[in-house]
Amino acid sequence: MTVLTVRMADAAPAGISRRARVLRRLRRNPLAVVSFVVLALAAVVALLSPWIAPHEVQQTDFAHTFSPPGTPGHLLGTDDLGRDVLSRIMLGARASLQVALLAVATSLIIGVPLGLAAGYFRSWDAVISRFTDLLLAFPFLIMAVGLAAIRGASLTNAAVAVGIAQIPGVIRVVRSDTLRLKSLDFVAAAVVDGASDLWVLARHILPNATSVILVQATVAIPAAILGEAVLSFLGLGIQPPAPSLGTMLATAQQFAARAPWAAVLPGVVIMGLALAFNVFGDALRDALDPKGDRR
Amino acid sequence: MARYLLTRAWHSALTLLLSTVVVFLGVRALPGDPALALAGEDRSPEALEAIRHHYGLDQPLPIQFGQYVARVVQGDFGVSIRTGIPVSSMLGTALPVTVELSLLAIVLAAALGVGAGVLAAVRRGRPAEWLANGLALIGLSVPHFWLGLLAILYLSVAAGLFPASGFVPLLQDPVGNLHHIVLPAVILGTGLAAIIMRQTRSAMLEALSSDHVRTAKAKGLRPRAVITRHALRNSLIVVVTIVGLQLGGLISGAVVTEQIFGLPGFGKMTIDAVFQRDYPVIQAVVLLTATAYIVINFLVDLLYSVIDPRIRVTGEPA
Repeated sequence: MTVLTVRMADAAPAGISRRARVLRRLRRNPLAVVSFVVLALAAVVALLSPWIAPHEVQQTDFAHTFSPPGTPGHLLGTDDLGRDVLSRIMLGARASLQVALLAVATSLIIGVPLGLAAGYFRSWDAVISRFTDLLLAFPFLIMAVGLAAIRGASLTNAAVAVGIAQIPGVIRVVRSDTLRLKSLDFVAAAVVDGASDLWVLARHILPNATSVILVQATVAIPAAILGEAVLSFLGLGIQPPAPSLGTMLATAQQFAARAPWAAVLPGVVIMGLALAFNVFGDALRDALDPKGDRR
Repeated sequence: MARYLLTRAWHSALTLLLSTVVVFLGVRALPGDPALALAGEDRSPEALEAIRHHYGLDQPLPIQFGQYVARVVQGDFGVSIRTGIPVSSMLGTALPVTVELSLLAIVLAAALGVGAGVLAAVRRGRPAEWLANGLALIGLSVPHFWLGLLAILYLSVAAGLFPASGFVPLLQDPVGNLHHIVLPAVILGTGLAAIIMRQTRSAMLEALSSDHVRTAKAKGLRPRAVITRHALRNSLIVVVTIVGLQLGGLISGAVVTEQIFGLPGFGKMTIDAVFQRDYPVIQAVVLLTATAYIVINFLVDLLYSVIDPRIRVTGEPA
């Protein structure tokens, strides 16, 4: 009996050879390589930023406010309080990635089980669909407004609002992949073999749905980065004086005439991060596509 | 088809009811006494008692909910704590601005997205496709509020091409109105344009490789005729779908755009309300957004079954 189950699992399309093929396709795509390198660098900088940032982020210096980029000691200049812009960008990017990962993790933790259940159990589908409809009816900014009104604005508030808004997308892709996998022979074989529903879901369906979940996550992260930036910009997310790319832009807006560079740099970083994730996500989706090169 | 629409109508009504419950309970989830939150500055025992009575806070929850629904259906969203103006009249002045901004953004995004998408599909593998794809990726990745900031900084303040902020009502001065709203609409539309472009491109690529297009070409139909016919027919479905799917993003985007450009719309009203803890306004805004989302998506489904005959037959969206 055990032998049969193992063989069935191996027959599933997520074998080692497929992973190797996907990696090879990614390595051959220059855009994928470049975006991956950018993301890896950003991750390292974000992780180490509390130690490698050239200045203390909260350290004010009122004798040197609005120093332009290139000032000795302040590569990217200083802000309205004389704080080092480079250091604040590094820690702001760290906060962006933190919120994005927290948000996407939230959406996966809630969305994946619901998507599996909706696709696998017919009777749950209707209830979960209504739940999805309900979530969709509250756009993320409105959700953030409501949450901020009830719980106050914070980094967690931003992550929760963005995460909840991404749940319907996760449910949708996981549900449709579950429906597809459920109709395949190896799942039917496992069911005939006497496997419980939970076992089939955990052992056969979830492992094969990982590629769509992975693609969904890579699309969700840049959206979450932009979401955090918007919320912090509006004052609904990370609260000053904690560094955040969104709040940096909100401050820069007030002093844009005096220090236009301060309104440019944090935005470039946000865009760079989101762009790298989007490019890599596209490449990953193409590489995972069994039909091969679509381009 | 009738059955499909009935089911959709029932689902929409159910979602509407559930969102009303959520919004209703949201105010009860506020820390502390809701009467205190609703009272604002005037916190005398008499004022609190009057508020409790007006909002039925001394009644059991289900009755309170019934009263709440009865008031909302009559357009009574309470009175703003900060301004003392009825929320419904605040909405009356703010909503037209947001609706105009959003509609203009959709029109611009559709024109730009469909055009670029068709171009990318037709000029496959040429520089034009790379350019369109690259712009679409940037459109998806750029923080739009930042783009708005840069536009104000360089186009409005430095170059003086557009007013940096403010608004003139459409009926009062149509030209001045357009002058104020065109830049915000372009900014709001860029993200939508990028999504429409990507969908149009893949829909066109699929259409161009389909059997009936090959037949049309074989019959000697000019390529331009083939493209136009398919581009126009499919792109309408693409635009309608995306607008339905992206409505939430559009509403969120409108809130931010209005905040940056100082447009006196729904979004600015929302953000001001959060910082002033103006709970009646927040409650109305959240409920109204949910209602708009549900109703518009129902209309999109109706429109769908008109445009795409396949849905009429199978009863399921393609």
